[in-house]
Amino acid sequence: MTLLAFDWAFIIEKLILIVIIVLTTLLITLYTTFGERKVAAILQDRPGPNRAGPFGLLQPLADGLKLIMKEEIIPTTASKWLFILGPGLAMTASLMTCAVIPWSTDLHLFGRTIALQIADVNIGILYVFAVVSMGVYGIMIGGWASNNKFSLMSALRAASQAISYEIAMGLALIALLMSTGTLSLKTIVADQVSGHWWNVVYQPLGFLIFFICAMAECNRTPFDLPEAENELNFGYHQEYSSMKLGFYLFAEYVNMIMSSAIMASMYFGGYDLPFFDESTVAPNIAAMIGVGTLLIKIVLFVFLFMWIRWTIPRFRYDQLMNLGWKKMIPLALLNMLITGALILSKL
Amino acid sequence: MNTLEILFFALSALAIVSAVMVLISKNPIHSVLWLILVFFAISGHYILLNAQFLAIVNIIVYAGAIMVLFLFVMMLMNVKKDKEPQKQLLVKLVGVIAGGSFLTLLIALVKQNTSFNGREVLMKEGSIGLIHPLGQALFTDYVVPFEISSVLFLSAMVGAVIIGKK
Repeated sequence: MTLLAFDWAFIIEKLILIVIIVLTTLLITLYTTFGERKVAAILQDRPGPNRAGPFGLLQPLADGLKLIMKEEIIPTTASKWLFILGPGLAMTASLMTCAVIPWSTDLHLFGRTIALQIADVNIGILYVFAVVSMGVYGIMIGGWASNNKFSLMSALRAASQAISYEIAMGLALIALLMSTGTLSLKTIVADQVSGHWWNVVYQPLGFLIFFICAMAECNRTPFDLPEAENELNFGYHQEYSSMKLGFYLFAEYVNMIMSSAIMASMYFGGYDLPFFDESTVAPNIAAMIGVGTLLIKIVLFVFLFMWIRWTIPRFRYDQLMNLGWKKMIPLALLNMLITGALILSKL
Repeated sequence: MNTLEILFFALSALAIVSAVMVLISKNPIHSVLWLILVFFAISGHYILLNAQFLAIVNIIVYAGAIMVLFLFVMMLMNVKKDKEPQKQLLVKLVGVIAGGSFLTLLIALVKQNTSFNGREVLMKEGSIGLIHPLGQALFTDYVVPFEISSVLFLSAMVGAVIIGKK
């Protein structure tokens, strides 16, 4: 029977890893919503949520409970299956990115070497790119299935925004690939750990373009046109209630965390703690330090996202498109050209 | 049956069922969504053939970009089921006969060709679908067709911009 001839220990190891990573991501997401409200409060000089538990720390649990307990409404004119599929797709697409993020160096447990990465595929970055381009379906399907004009308008906006900024994002990625020479995220991070500088030193413009595009892909202010409430009531999730709405809102935060993790891995050395020689401590401790370092980098990026959200006003729609097509894409092409010229001159 | 064969048949079944659903769905939006599923099944086949790069590019380009545009146009046009013009019976009949003849021809060809008999797909072998061999092949052996097709794409892009500016 060849069917059962798997390496079962390997499968169990990967399953445990997947469960841990997904649960951790969801837990961090829960507290990112809390963090967002606190950051907003600090920037606007008010206390923010401080009633539930000490320092308001139980606020996200209260919010989650509220969302679950609310009445669930499916509009009678909506196409039911797609209406349910939409939030599920949005959540799945945003969680799928975590499969290729290298969380740290290998762990050595029970005589096994456990790689802290779910899948080291040799096309890691392209996988991320594919998943990002899938993310827009959740919004489009949800917006269309609601059978509401405002939802549809906002879904179309989201789709055109995502497509426009994906191009510049892809071009920024190509410049990075040209300088690293590999598509595997694990190798990219390992090169940064062993090399002298992080990739952001070689690709400062590329990072800036990628960061702006990531913000647009996550529908964060100043790019949150799909949910511009003064024009579109509430956006593509207007007809949604209860946990389906929660999924959409949650998926946005998961996206934010995942793009922070990707940016930290690609441009800021991933799990690399600067000015620290990992070989001086035991491998397992070094791996744990790596996980901690990556988490700190993610939190810093998420804070940056929030800081920008509560500082900068929203673009107008034509400004958004102008920025995407007339500024980001030419800039990304220029960046590619410069990278190519530098690589050629080094040969 | 080993794992690869099970995966192969599951993916094939998924591809065929979704492709049939593309045709028989009344709602064009549903058709587009089923078509996306077909692309995913085909990408799965690419992975079985050890062509990860082709698989992911298939998803990025077809499922991620072209189908989004399809969906976009469908949603903007807001095609209604009952407003869609019904084809005449004669046209339908002609379509059925033409399609049926083509299918018969294909089956006859495959059955006649003895080199197909009793052969299986080679799975997990070959490397032409991986990024390094593919890049090598494209930029050394096939560099002229590759460049010509990129010029074609460029001219299409310029054309689209010019039409858009009018």
